[in-house]
Amino acid sequence: MAKHKTPLLDQLESGPWPSFVSDIKQEAAARAKNEKGVQYQVAVDCPDDLLGVLEMSFTDGETHWKHGGIVGVFGYGGGVIGRYCDQPQMFPGVAHFHTVRVAQPNGKWYSTEFLRSLMDIWDLRGSGLTNLHGATGDIVLLGTSTPQLEEIFWELTHNLNVDLGGSGSNLRTPASCMGMSRCQYACYDAQELCYNLTQEYQDELHRPAFPYKFKFKFDGCPNGCVAAIARSDLGFLGTFKDPIKINQEAVAAYVGGEIAPNAGAHAGRDWGKFDIQKEVVDLCPSKCISYEGGKLIMDHKECVRCMHCINTMPQALRIGDDRGVSIFCGAKAPILDGPQMGSLLVPFVEVNKDDDYQAIKDIVEAVWDWWMEEGKNRERIGETMKRLGFAALAEAAGVPIDARQVQEPRHNPYIFWKAEDVEGGWERDLAEFRKRHQR
Amino acid sequence: MAFISSGYNPDKPMEGRISDIGPRHFGEFLPPVIAKNFGKWDYHEILEPGVLCHTALSGDKAYTVRCGSARLMTVTHVREICDIADKYAGGHLRFTTRNNIEFIVEDKQAALDLKAFLNNQKFPGGSMKFPVGGTGAGVTNIVHTQGWIHCHTPATDASGTVKATMDVVFDDFQNMKLPAPVRISMACCLNMCGAVHCSDIAILGIHRKPPLIDHEYLDNLCEIPLAVASCPTGAVRPSKVELNGKTYKTVAIKEERCMFCGNCYTMCPSLPLSDGEGDGIAIMVGGKISNRVTKPAFSKVVVPYIPNEPPRWPTMTKVIKKILDTYAADANKYERLGDWANRIGWERFFEKCELEFTAHLIDDFRDPAYYTWRQTTQFKW
Ligand code: HEM
Ligand code: HEM
Ligand code: SF4
Ligand code: SF4
Ligand code: SF4
Ligand code: SF4
Repeated sequence: MAKHKTPLLDQLESGPWPSFVSDIKQEAAARAKNEKGVQYQVAVDCPDDLLGVLEMSFTDGETHWKHGGIVGVFGYGGGVIGRYCDQPQMFPGVAHFHTVRVAQPNGKWYSTEFLRSLMDIWDLRGSGLTNLHGATGDIVLLGTSTPQLEEIFWELTHNLNVDLGGSGSNLRTPASCMGMSRCQYACYDAQELCYNLTQEYQDELHRPAFPYKFKFKFDGCPNGCVAAIARSDLGFLGTFKDPIKINQEAVAAYVGGEIAPNAGAHAGRDWGKFDIQKEVVDLCPSKCISYEGGKLIMDHKECVRCMHCINTMPQALRIGDDRGVSIFCGAKAPILDGPQMGSLLVPFVEVNKDDDYQAIKDIVEAVWDWWMEEGKNRERIGETMKRLGFAALAEAAGVPIDARQVQEPRHNPYIFWKAEDVEGGWERDLAEFRKRHQR
Repeated sequence: MAFISSGYNPDKPMEGRISDIGPRHFGEFLPPVIAKNFGKWDYHEILEPGVLCHTALSGDKAYTVRCGSARLMTVTHVREICDIADKYAGGHLRFTTRNNIEFIVEDKQAALDLKAFLNNQKFPGGSMKFPVGGTGAGVTNIVHTQGWIHCHTPATDASGTVKATMDVVFDDFQNMKLPAPVRISMACCLNMCGAVHCSDIAILGIHRKPPLIDHEYLDNLCEIPLAVASCPTGAVRPSKVELNGKTYKTVAIKEERCMFCGNCYTMCPSLPLSDGEGDGIAIMVGGKISNRVTKPAFSKVVVPYIPNEPPRWPTMTKVIKKILDTYAADANKYERLGDWANRIGWERFFEKCELEFTAHLIDDFRDPAYYTWRQTTQFKW
């Protein structure tokens, strides 16, 4: 028997898409039965009470969660988000319902052994509810009480060899695309770089020292599967410098219809025969491809590596060999100053595992130093950058200035010249001036 | 329920403590065929909706079966996913950035069998447990935030709006008949934990009433200077009120300056905004992230407000379906939703999608607004 009546939520059990309501109900039933005899450490009926609170929100159109209090584990400033229900008498099972963020393996690959052990912890010490995954990428364990936090942390670190993720004004859990593990477009090992920087910056991740949150995301290529350009304060997008490699025989096979374009992504509809002129040549944004006499010709110097031709003919075209990463700075969602896309700070830097990615770390640390010095409280770096100018950021990061960093030069001539830019500096002699110009 | 200790001793919190070890290395979790061919993949094909085949330079093939998930999942459900991975996929699985689940097998028939098996799993309530799809030119799973399930600032629910939307666009999850991929994202307030600002279609919870001020408690619960500083439009200022003969230090809000961002509430729990009548949803469209053909782009607001209509949000899903269908019928192959709208012109977009253009859709927020106004005679009647 369900603890609360949920007529509105029940309507979300039908329809094809997996129903979270059905799932929570099954968990509520499993906990009530407790076939394995688990000694639940938080209220057994918290899934029931969660449905109860949610039904109440569905009825009156308002949330019933209170502002989080400060809870966490000793020595960490993040990783746990405090949460309390504003109707604790009605729903005691979720009166305290804190979230624990757990650092996910990059690319989100799992063994069932690891996931099962994690679920065992959460069965015993939590609500039995999770988010796989949170928006920043972490494994999110939803709902536990304060006394369980240290215990959970202990078990994670001692038994599962895994740590909490980030929350608060610190480095958030970095995330990468699946990269080289299963994608031929990856221009560098996004997962390894993500892992390395995550380990290097554990202190920044767990102990808030920044003006506000800071996110790293790693895309293996310009297709952007983890949205680094739009969702990270420093976004790393794989790129290459040399020509796209062309296999003319495979090109002919696409033209002849033996291979489906775009890896078969358009198979659900009859779009007609593949037309290389219309579908590749004409869509190239830099107009650097032509198809003549059965051959695909590319003026590679003009290519902007948008990936379209490669995506369309993956068996015929391949990314170049001279690979590295472009670094973008300042992306964020609208709060506070409107949305910002990442701006290209470093057009190309080598991804060199042999020196422990020193060139990349130098840039990261210089950017942080500048932001920690100049940034205001709760100001994302994208806002600091807007306030103080891109050139100031580039100078702080030690990055050379390059036409690639802009879409077009400035519109206004109000240039902040510095004294050292001008012959003779700014110190002038008024007496000398007056010799030439009467009062 | 007796307290079970894990070994942690609250009297000596530092004893035996392990910290700052970070995530597990992903290399520990790769299926054998993935580990063997790491960085040496040749090309991929989508064999059927939801079934991918990656061919390595070595000639090895990895078949991936991708299925959707409700993101909010229980321990019982995750264990069921593990059972499937143990039985069919050698004890390995992965999650995609958009909360799909992927199982890797090494044989095509096994992949097709797994697909059939997954499509057959149902919850008692009738919904599918693991619908296969989410590949190519279609709609994939919706990335979303917490909503009424777990957050203190939402203007709408996340899991509910996502379930309602995915049910309505389900056909496009399982078939690849759109002109290009369509990414739908959901965030339940302007904080946008889900960062929906670059999505083909975005569902965004919004408030429309300025904060309530809980004068009697404000000074106890909040740092007034922080609350004042938090407001991006300078609507909050320190103030004093008399209540029942007592003077309280508090804040005053210049209501006409409020853009309902909720930032003050984040700093100060005595300034809640949520309101059954005020809250609802805005629809944004035309954003993208990839650099493919056209540049990454922000989403644009095309419907400023739709009321919350739980449990199924019919007005919202109708608008989304109409936009999706109009785009599907009208756009060119490879053309993302925003590129289509740019090509036909936004005045046409509103006409074709039967949406009303109102003053609320003209940007008035700081400098960037100016770049969205028209400075040419090139417009369409
Ligand atoms: C072999 C594997 C994959 C390949 C070859 C691939 C290819 C691509 C391509 C071609 C695009 C550009 C689409 C366009 O703008 O037309 C893209 C974008 C994207 N992909 Fe993937 N992808 C792969 C795996 C994934 C996975 C597993 C996910 C997560 C579920 C994912 C998420 C995304 C996202 C979020 C974008 C950005 C879409 C946007 O612009 O908003 N990709 N990918
Ligand atoms: C002592 C002589 C002059 C002084 C002190 C003077 C001063 C100014 C000032 C202060 C402005 C306004 C700038 C602004 O606020 O945007 C201005 C604008 C202008 N002046 Fe003069 N002016 C003088 C003579 C002239 C003459 C002789 C001409 C042309 C024959 C001229 C043509 C203009 C024009 C075209 C503008 C408008 C510029 C624009 O907004 O595009 N001025 N002048
Ligand atoms: S970002 Fe590029 S490398 Fe990474 S998964 Fe997507 S297509 Fe592959
Ligand atoms: S990657 Fe893009 S810009 Fe480069 S040749 Fe191909 S279509 Fe043109
Ligand atoms: S988007 Fe807003 S309401 Fe939703 S989870 Fe994030 S902060 Fe909470
Ligand atoms: S909701 Fe935003 S704009 Fe309104 S008063 Fe609060 S901080 Fe200011």
